[in-house]
Amino acid sequence: MENLKQELKAKIIENLNLEDFKVEDIDDNDSLFGDGLGLDSIDALELIVMLDKDYGIKISDPKKGKTIFESIQTMAQFIMDNKTK
Amino acid sequence: MAQCYINGIGSVSTQDTSNYKAFLKNHQELKENIVHVHKPNYRDYIKPASIRRMANGVKNGVVASAIALKEAAIETPEAIITGTGMGCTIDSGKFLKNIVDNNEQYLTPTAFIQSTHNTVGGQIALGLQCKAYNVTYVHNATSFETALIDALLMINDNQTTILVGGVDEIGDYSVSLHQLVGLVKEQDTMSNGILQSNSKGTIYGEGAQFFALENKKKDTAYAELVDVSIHDSIQDNEVQTRLLTFLKNHELKATDLDLVILGNNGDEEYDKHYNKLQNSIFKDTQQIYYKHLSGEYHTASSFGLWMAAQICKTQKIPEFLKLNTKKVTAIKHLLLYNQYRGENHSFTLLRSC
Amino acid sequence: MSKGVAVTGMGIISSIGNNIEENYQSLISKKQGISKIKKIQTIHKDVIKVGEINYTNKELITLLELPKTNNYSRTALLGEFAAKEAVKNANITNINKYKTGLISATSVGGMDKTEKYYYSQFEETKNRKYIASHDAGDASKKIAKSLGITDFVSTISTACSSSANAIMLGARMIKAGKIDRVIVGGSDCLSKFTINGFKTLMILSETDCKPFDENRTGLNLGEAAAFLVLESDEVVKKENKKVLAYVSGYANANDAYHQTASSENGEGATLAMQKALRVAKIKPTEIDYVNAHGTATPNNDHSESRAILNVFGAKVPDFSSTKAYTGHTLAAAAAIEAVYSILAIQHKVLFPNLNFETPIADTALVPKTEVTKKEIQHVLSNSFGFGGNCSTLIFSKT
Repeated sequence: MENLKQELKAKIIENLNLEDFKVEDIDDNDSLFGDGLGLDSIDALELIVMLDKDYGIKISDPKKGKTIFESIQTMAQFIMDNKTK
Repeated sequence: MAQCYINGIGSVSTQDTSNYKAFLKNHQELKENIVHVHKPNYRDYIKPASIRRMANGVKNGVVASAIALKEAAIETPEAIITGTGMGCTIDSGKFLKNIVDNNEQYLTPTAFIQSTHNTVGGQIALGLQCKAYNVTYVHNATSFETALIDALLMINDNQTTILVGGVDEIGDYSVSLHQLVGLVKEQDTMSNGILQSNSKGTIYGEGAQFFALENKKKDTAYAELVDVSIHDSIQDNEVQTRLLTFLKNHELKATDLDLVILGNNGDEEYDKHYNKLQNSIFKDTQQIYYKHLSGEYHTASSFGLWMAAQICKTQKIPEFLKLNTKKVTAIKHLLLYNQYRGENHSFTLLRSC
Repeated sequence: MSKGVAVTGMGIISSIGNNIEENYQSLISKKQGISKIKKIQTIHKDVIKVGEINYTNKELITLLELPKTNNYSRTALLGEFAAKEAVKNANITNINKYKTGLISATSVGGMDKTEKYYYSQFEETKNRKYIASHDAGDASKKIAKSLGITDFVSTISTACSSSANAIMLGARMIKAGKIDRVIVGGSDCLSKFTINGFKTLMILSETDCKPFDENRTGLNLGEAAAFLVLESDEVVKKENKKVLAYVSGYANANDAYHQTASSENGEGATLAMQKALRVAKIKPTEIDYVNAHGTATPNNDHSESRAILNVFGAKVPDFSSTKAYTGHTLAAAAAIEAVYSILAIQHKVLFPNLNFETPIADTALVPKTEVTKKEIQHVLSNSFGFGGNCSTLIFSKT
């Protein structure tokens, strides 16, 4: 789980081009959207594709992203519970 | 007819055009066949949250527009009008490559969203929170000129402040295609500069020039934009007649022009369009060119207008632009003529103010 | 009312018909053109629902009498086909008798060919001819040449509102006396680029789209082209032209909210409708029919409903979205809906909003769901796009 969280942080910075952030800047419980990392609905779509491509999890309703991507913690937990690869 | 003044200008180009003095001092004739912009410090102009999704062309457009508006002291214009020949070719190339390479799977939206031709205009509006008229023209080498025509219509329809610009970026995939069909010069013909290259094709550049146009002259004013005319696919022998008619509409003859700014790009196949006028109706007029500095791109003529505006204001013609040497005492009427591969002819008339 | 820009001809090709008459018959018989992808070579074939035009490229090439060596993209083929119908419909025999221009709109341009020959054009020379037809301006140039228009030719690309802005620029140029006649419209073919692009945004509906329905799940894409012939009063008078309608109002505003999404309260759309009403010098109560943008995405229809309420208050006119017939045809959408708006005026009939069942909970707007006969003086047509672009056109009876 700890490895997965580090992996997610690195991927988010890389995929979403968050040049101003480093892995150690992101706390497990920081909110990814709004005041925290400042991600938006387009980023949520990017993350949905990442879940599919890297962990074999398909999400068909983009609204579900809101709860899954609340923080690195919730995201990692969701992946642990649902991953198929 | 309402008057239309260029009160502010901004440029991001293959030269250091952050200010005119630096440009005059540091300008360099391009000797590569593909040339990218001299990058400004983007973060001085764009918030980190916005910048992370922007390809070069979008960033260049946003920066150039910010400089133009600041100079004219305009907070929010009444219209944002953009011309771009190829649009956001970096992101559209990126999304296209992903489609092909990944067989339409695992695609993400960012490149697609940023790939639409109106991204620059949209991002400028978003940054300024400007809810006004916003249009993007995408007609090859007259994209920028159509934007100017629209701006003039607006000014004549009682609008007061218009932001208008031309922007294009180099995308690797589209350039590789253009190289394939000989639109880009081979590097080894370039050593003596484009006009001496004696070869087909041209040099590829990129850039963004924006202009703050207003119906009132400010202290910062460069020139008056009098009129613009476009002619898409006229015959060789019709260029001169169209030009003379255009001038006549403003009670001018070719000999009344104090300076002509030509789009010569060193393509031996098509520069004849300029040469023909250079050797006839313009033979006693001071002629200059600029694509040896900007490179060719669909909206390179916006660099030509930037150059022309600077000359109007300073009343000095830099030596490194000259195609011939004529005595010019005062520069009042300036004409830009541009075309690309024998099509997309345009005339832009400026008057010193 | 403000006069001065007459529509004297129209042409259209869409998934519900290859000409004006076929489109009209489909509209009044509730015949929609949405089905699973059949022609485009994509992994989404037989899965995603779109509005495909029946004619193949080969058939269009034959109909347009083009040489085998042509380098037309499908966007250019569709555009030329519709533009020729418009010019014929306007009874124009000598295009250069008056100062005539062409303003077209597209979002994909020649992407269909570029994606097809993405790598192969590096190996084989025969497909390199399509490199020149990739640019957005290419279809306009080809259409202009085929019609004999040589001077004022331009192209607009403001995503899904593109052709509204083409019609608007044409109208403004005529009003300003810059041009006597102008062919305006747009063309967009379906491509893997747009199908996959909209798929990544997760706004494609798996079923037939349901504009303005509480349970709408997204849009169906479509392909189409449509053109209008606009002429000045002077030309109309000299040529004793039959006028189909007038372009009486137009406006463009920017939502300045998000690169792709519309604002919650539909501010840009509200501004566009209000500005267009001012240009037309009419009151909101004088609008008899609204042809809505109504793409059936959760975001658009909610935002547009709010905007309609902002503009019309308690007196919302009869309205419908025709997207369930044709799919969302992107840059061509405003032009085909301009044709439908004018057909509504001519035939005194409102076209239904197909597939509607349940009103959106918090706006509660109910579109027209049946073909309805009605005298129509003014139609308002909306088109919105990425980049915050919001455009509104108003067409009025002669």
